[in-house]
Amino acid sequence: MSRAALTLHDAGNKLRKREFSSVELTEAVFERIAGTESKIRAYLTLARDAALEQARQADERLKQGRARSPLLGVPLAVKDNFLTRGLRTTCASKMLANFIPPYDATTVRMLRATGAVITGKTNLDEFAMGSSAENSAFFPTRNPWNLERIPGGSSGGSAAAVAADQCIAALGTDTGGSIRQPAACCGIVGLKPTYGRVSRFGIIAFASSMDQVGPLTKDVQDSALFLEVIAGHDPADSTSVDRPVPLYSEALTGDVKGVRLGIPKEYFVRGMQPEVELAVRTAIRALEKNGAVIEEISLPHTEYAVAVYYIVATAEASSNLARYDGMRYGHSVHAKDLTDTYMISRQEGFGAEVKRRIMLGTYALSAGYYDAYYLKAQRVRTLIKQDFDEAFKHCDVIVTPTAPTTAFKLAAKIQDPLQMYLSDIYTISINLAGLPALSLPCGFDQAGMPIGMQIVGKHFDEATILRVGHAYEQATEWSKRKPDL
Amino acid sequence: MKLTREEVQRIAVLARLRLTPEEETQLTEQLDHILAYMEKLDELETSKVEPFSDAVDAVNALREDKVTNLPDADAVLANAPDRDNTFFKVPKIIE
Repeated sequence: MSRAALTLHDAGNKLRKREFSSVELTEAVFERIAGTESKIRAYLTLARDAALEQARQADERLKQGRARSPLLGVPLAVKDNFLTRGLRTTCASKMLANFIPPYDATTVRMLRATGAVITGKTNLDEFAMGSSAENSAFFPTRNPWNLERIPGGSSGGSAAAVAADQCIAALGTDTGGSIRQPAACCGIVGLKPTYGRVSRFGIIAFASSMDQVGPLTKDVQDSALFLEVIAGHDPADSTSVDRPVPLYSEALTGDVKGVRLGIPKEYFVRGMQPEVELAVRTAIRALEKNGAVIEEISLPHTEYAVAVYYIVATAEASSNLARYDGMRYGHSVHAKDLTDTYMISRQEGFGAEVKRRIMLGTYALSAGYYDAYYLKAQRVRTLIKQDFDEAFKHCDVIVTPTAPTTAFKLAAKIQDPLQMYLSDIYTISINLAGLPALSLPCGFDQAGMPIGMQIVGKHFDEATILRVGHAYEQATEWSKRKPDL
Repeated sequence: MKLTREEVQRIAVLARLRLTPEEETQLTEQLDHILAYMEKLDELETSKVEPFSDAVDAVNALREDKVTNLPDADAVLANAPDRDNTFFKVPKIIE
């Protein structure tokens, strides 16, 4: 087995025991990339030389025995909507095709400080808007389990890179499911932390009341270790919360006795692929056998979540993307007057889905429609959050499928935006309510595609969802399966 | 409700987006379809529900007003479409 196939915790242990060096591990990862990338296309930018230099520095620190961080010397990929100082950051948009950030995102700075090795920048749906990675302005990424299928989105490049062992783990962002849904599609583990748990400073803003940063990893232990490094307060992000960061890896006791699993009846209805339902229900029974207690719960406003999300997220996006004006950075066309400069720069710089969302959001915020759409959506959003507050009086975590189907074929939904939006039906409520949620593999369908289970927690209770996910993972072998590339 | 092409044109100006006639046609149809789906929210009576403001009851974050970023004008201006020394050069907007 190639060293590139190691988990973060195995790789970290072996580095600290000096079984191999960070340079050797990094070279193994780049060998793997060289052997698979023409099929997968997970990366928009590779940073081999810088990565090897970071690996040499990590090896110095490892030699000095100052090796406490689990990420020291470990090659990680970063979604291309995180600013990386001096390393091209495109957000998969023509708008930023040549953008070189003058500073690092806080989480990237944390990775550098802890001695992680950054392999490169991964593909995504343009401006993180999409569920298939097909909205990248450059090229689509393929699912390592089946090259005719999507890897999910928007963090499709990060998910595919982890699944294909093109990195040890990766950073992603999740606004409506963009870490969890691709993790489910690619058979890996994805964690969206609580809103405010991880700094968003330096990630390219999409919908600021929901954007959150999180890890995509090969197993749950890796997710806990990664989160320990990136969680915490950042004065540069006024929405990040100043509260202690628990040692998540110590919460992984394997014990779920007495943990109450809430099963929302609204999540097991129409439209779901039968194999997904069967796999998730089987997983719930496995947890029950290990001592967890099942509680049927209700989240009555679930059916309104997609409508609320696509009003709130597009409204925020239309405001956030107003900054791309062709003046200070980004694609710019010098036209006859200022308005034309704005309009043509934006016409050429943005792709179809981004334009669609800017239009929808501008409409929802415009005079005469604000109350009917934006304010109405924010009221229903309160009802959705209250559903979770009520449910969590009766359970400790909520268990659902991550997505209604396994990864679909490329081009299957690209012509029908509303169908594409409905792929996020199980993940978006969690962002609307600001909750933490984990997606982990719980089986495969008959076509051999991975199935994901979602475990949702109370605000700031990442420890419990990681504990439940880890206990399930210990009892099964799904996370250990690898695609045949 | 039926979204009109004129309305799409008006929104595009507000959003500072130039659209081709084909894009106008496609967006009129697609946005109308999506907005019809949004009308689902009208099923709910919400006049007594407070609009959502924050998921985790965060309080206003204040900090000292001091410069924390390092001055690196060249790195910033390297991305500018046009520059003049340490300034962004932009189209003239007043006569």
